[in-house]
Amino acid sequence: MKLNNITFPFDDFAKEMAKLKNEKHFDYLVTIVGEDFGEEGLGCIYILENTQTHDRMSVKQIARQIGEDYVLPTIFSIWRDGELLEREVYDFLGIKFLGHPDMRRLYLRNDFDGYPLRKDYDMSPEHNRFPETDEPETDWTEEYNLNKYGELVKTTRRLIQPDEFTVNIGPNHPSTHGVLRLQTVLDGEQIVHVFPHLGYIHRGIEKMCEDYTYPQTLALTDRLNYLSAMMNRHALVGVIEEAMGIELSDRIHYIRTIMDELQRLDNHLLFTGCCAQDLSALTAFLYGMRDREHVLNVMEETTGGRLIENYYRIGGCQADIDPHFVQNVKDLCKYLRPMIQEYLDVFGDNVITHQRFEGIGPMGLDDCINYAVTGPAGRAAGWKNDVRKYHPYDLYDKVEWKECIRNHGDSMDRYYVHIDEMYQSLDIIEQLIDNIPEGDFYIKQKPIIRVPEGQWYYSVEGASGEFGVYLDSKGDKNPYRLKIRPMGLSLVGAMDKMLRGQKIADLIATGAALDYVIPDIDR
Amino acid sequence: MEIRKPKIKSVPYDEFKDNDTLEKLTEQLNQGGTNVVLGNLDWAINWGRSNSLWSLTFGTSCCGIEFMAVGCARYDFSRFGFEVTRNSPRQADIIMCAGTITNKMAPVFKRLYDEMAEPKYVVAVGGCTISGGPFKSSYHVVRGIDEIVPVDVYVPGCPPRPEAILYGMMQLQRKVKIERFFGGANHKMNAQEREESMNLKGLHGLSNENLAFEKLLHKEEPIIVRDGVTKEQVEQLGKDLDQLSAKENDKDEKVENPDQQKQTPVTSSTKTNKDQGDTPAA
Amino acid sequence: MFDFGIVTRWFDLLLRQTCGLGNFWSIFIECVVVLLIIITLYALLAIALIFMERKVCAYFQCRLGPMRVGPWGIFQVFADVVKMLIKEIFPVDKSDKFLYYLAPILVITASIGTFSFLPWNKGAGVLDFNVGVFMITALSSIGIIGVFMAGWGSNNKYSVVSALRGAIQMISYEMSLGLCLVAAVTLTGTMQVSGIVDYQAQGWLIFRAPLPAIVAFLIFLIAGNAEANRGPFDLVEAESELTAGYHTEYSGMGFGFYYLSEYLNLFVISGIAATVFLGGWMPLHIGVAGFDHVMDYIPGFVWMLGKTFVLVFFLMWIRWTFPRLRVDNILKLEWKYLMPLSLLNLVVMTVCVVFKLGWHI
Repeated sequence: MKLNNITFPFDDFAKEMAKLKNEKHFDYLVTIVGEDFGEEGLGCIYILENTQTHDRMSVKQIARQIGEDYVLPTIFSIWRDGELLEREVYDFLGIKFLGHPDMRRLYLRNDFDGYPLRKDYDMSPEHNRFPETDEPETDWTEEYNLNKYGELVKTTRRLIQPDEFTVNIGPNHPSTHGVLRLQTVLDGEQIVHVFPHLGYIHRGIEKMCEDYTYPQTLALTDRLNYLSAMMNRHALVGVIEEAMGIELSDRIHYIRTIMDELQRLDNHLLFTGCCAQDLSALTAFLYGMRDREHVLNVMEETTGGRLIENYYRIGGCQADIDPHFVQNVKDLCKYLRPMIQEYLDVFGDNVITHQRFEGIGPMGLDDCINYAVTGPAGRAAGWKNDVRKYHPYDLYDKVEWKECIRNHGDSMDRYYVHIDEMYQSLDIIEQLIDNIPEGDFYIKQKPIIRVPEGQWYYSVEGASGEFGVYLDSKGDKNPYRLKIRPMGLSLVGAMDKMLRGQKIADLIATGAALDYVIPDIDR
Repeated sequence: MEIRKPKIKSVPYDEFKDNDTLEKLTEQLNQGGTNVVLGNLDWAINWGRSNSLWSLTFGTSCCGIEFMAVGCARYDFSRFGFEVTRNSPRQADIIMCAGTITNKMAPVFKRLYDEMAEPKYVVAVGGCTISGGPFKSSYHVVRGIDEIVPVDVYVPGCPPRPEAILYGMMQLQRKVKIERFFGGANHKMNAQEREESMNLKGLHGLSNENLAFEKLLHKEEPIIVRDGVTKEQVEQLGKDLDQLSAKENDKDEKVENPDQQKQTPVTSSTKTNKDQGDTPAA
Repeated sequence: MFDFGIVTRWFDLLLRQTCGLGNFWSIFIECVVVLLIIITLYALLAIALIFMERKVCAYFQCRLGPMRVGPWGIFQVFADVVKMLIKEIFPVDKSDKFLYYLAPILVITASIGTFSFLPWNKGAGVLDFNVGVFMITALSSIGIIGVFMAGWGSNNKYSVVSALRGAIQMISYEMSLGLCLVAAVTLTGTMQVSGIVDYQAQGWLIFRAPLPAIVAFLIFLIAGNAEANRGPFDLVEAESELTAGYHTEYSGMGFGFYYLSEYLNLFVISGIAATVFLGGWMPLHIGVAGFDHVMDYIPGFVWMLGKTFVLVFFLMWIRWTFPRLRVDNILKLEWKYLMPLSLLNLVVMTVCVVFKLGWHI
């Protein structure tokens, strides 16, 4: 979607945004893109959606400069997922949000010097060596406000009281699906607060992409959420193709839909396995991985890669599908359908699993929308948010499939939504696999790809949420700003609310059922 | 004493690449020779050690999934005895670093390595751990974990296939088999070495690998790459490599500088910094 | 049936008469020999059990398990033991050194202690007091103290949380364990282990008073599983939650003690269940003279080991199938379900004994 940004005057900003939510019902904040606009200064673009009509709009706001600092009013109290999104913008660009209760860096270390996404940041290796001491930790946080003279005032508050018992779960922990550090304040076995610390796998992909040409940027997307590698690349390729206005052949649409659904099966099989592993039912984990290998066989024959597939290109696919692909996919679907029931028999319908998952990490529908918990976790609470249904791309509006909605909003329902989605993916694949039309698998592009000037946002339904890419192009062969909406950031931000009053074991169970992958959050 | 070749079950010795590095290592480690009793005892203990390498569960990103796949039913590294993955570093023998190490994670990783009990090994899995991989130009990625810890085996790939990881583990088994245990892997830090290690501060504490093996192989302290590579260094490296290949062609020429020659198979980018006279911080 | 007493009496006579040693020395030498035999048997059984676990786990998970170290991987655990022996042992800087070093010793003591009560054959029991069964429960409590001391002494938050969970779980399940044993003792009339086994000469306990004995047997297995921190009750060293729990800070042989005692506790629980409820070394007697006679030819220790390993396999099967219970689920299970059930069972058993409802009571 091409973004037409509306702007509000600085002093009315907070009021106008509140009006957007309360009167016009734009209650889902998709993402906040912090950007260095060059001569205009630093600013943010807010992308909003109305969850009932599924309309999207965007608001652009330039930060006011007060001395050396850049400030914007916070919208944290309007949309709660803004808490982590605004910390991210502060971390990368240095824009301080007035009234945000916890204005700390999110990804980079506390003692990091500089703001990487500003255009004047020094990227040389000498300047960016790894630090050789531990990160200085503090129990205090800061809040910025403007006093009546228009000066910036900082207030410090305590995050953690001196006699509270904190335990660090992570960064090296077998169950956090990567390197996530959850600083948990405990009262015996009960959780009082969860503070996520991100950035242990932050590789600076967005900044690196600003120096790459468009085909070069594609290489890194598979390494974000490596379990929905196809969908990640699909979003990036989709935004470039939409911006350039490329028409794709039907064959390409068919192949992309089928590959996306195979990738979704791969992710959900690993998800059921990891849920089982975190609950220590290792046998179910191995069964899920065994079947995942069958899916990987099918994908590997065509794409050449098991985990990092590198399959889509701007204008189509890297190679045509293998001659055995159709037959292999049909065999796979026939094999996999009864296996899903086996997972339920071994793990999903077990009474202990129900005791561990039911009522754990609950989040109601309104909170899910407020915290932007998209994907299967949101659908488990009753939120109809499937991007494939409401902002359809490829062939999703031409095949018969159901959106999987449940309504308890706890971890058991999140698990069941994943199982339902596996059946739906098999349905979609079976409808499409026999009818792939002949045609080109790649529409030839110019050797140097230039995207016309403007701002675009394109999202796909990744395996664990809405995965979107924002592209700001100035007509060059490099993107001016490439921002990725991670699937898991809002999930981690919502963990604190989900886990109040629950136990440590519930934290593990909730983390498993939410299905986030840390490299996707950290980029 | 005759040097025994490390045997891996059902894989012939010549199928392994890089046998000459292993043979050179064996020669140097056994230079003093050892009596028959200790030699056999060494061999028996090394048999036990190499067949029971317990790895720490440590996967940061994509390579972590391939590590999990190696442990699962299709590739199954438990056939080798590696399936016991301990969660506590004190009980683990090797740390298979699977995934990118970023600047924020570097001190944490070094701390995990230091917490491990000797004898311990490091396997660098994937391109990111060898040199930074696809993220080499990033501002937040460590360009190769051998700047932080001494690495034993490098497994290239992005991500390496499970078969490649198994091959890397077999290479590690061979390396463990040729190590000298008494006096080598069994070396206890004496007070002076302890002083030295504590004084290095930050990430540069010394482990047994640094002390025992690298001293035996006439290596010096860990070489820390401080600066980025410049064009002049690359050209100088080209000239040095030409010189070395000329030297190897005339086999009766005496090797002048043992240090530099031995380090070439291991890492070559660090050599250029040594030439520049950069002394690592002590 | 082969009576091992023949061998023990021969050895005793050898010492006293042939070697001419006095009372003190012959008993002393006998104790040392028995100690060595027990420790060897302990280590060998631990090795066999660890290997069994890895193979059983692998076969449940559609893979092969250790295959390369020796034919079919049978030397794998020996390699593990060699490696554990040579691993560096270091104390954590700020730990409580006394507790830190004492804890594994307590755990292994409790483990070897309860192990010594198992009767292997007719006349081949090591410890045979008249309060046998009671002593077993008392000794296993020492293991709980060891777990708790390890957690506290390590100066590590994860260890403390895990040790608290461990203490509360093990203390709770001791109640059901004890009550099941009391039910069995009500039937047999004696707490002495050899007496219990002798009572079962006319039929195993689960056949003698079927209803209460089978219930007691099942509850004993569940509670024993929890006591040994295995299976669905292993949140003490919850591998995927608290890294390695109370033994996070142990390495080398200290850790080796915990590793061995985990498997041996499992064996001891199965062994006691087999002894008390399934007849120990007593063959299967169904009252038909010909059949009983044939059964008697199979030596006692084959029966004992066979029954124990069947129960061990069953417990491993449970472990590798079910997910882990949370701490409040575990406590709810014990205090709201198992304990009242075992009390009720005790009442039923008493009724059976008084009114002689059952076979050969």
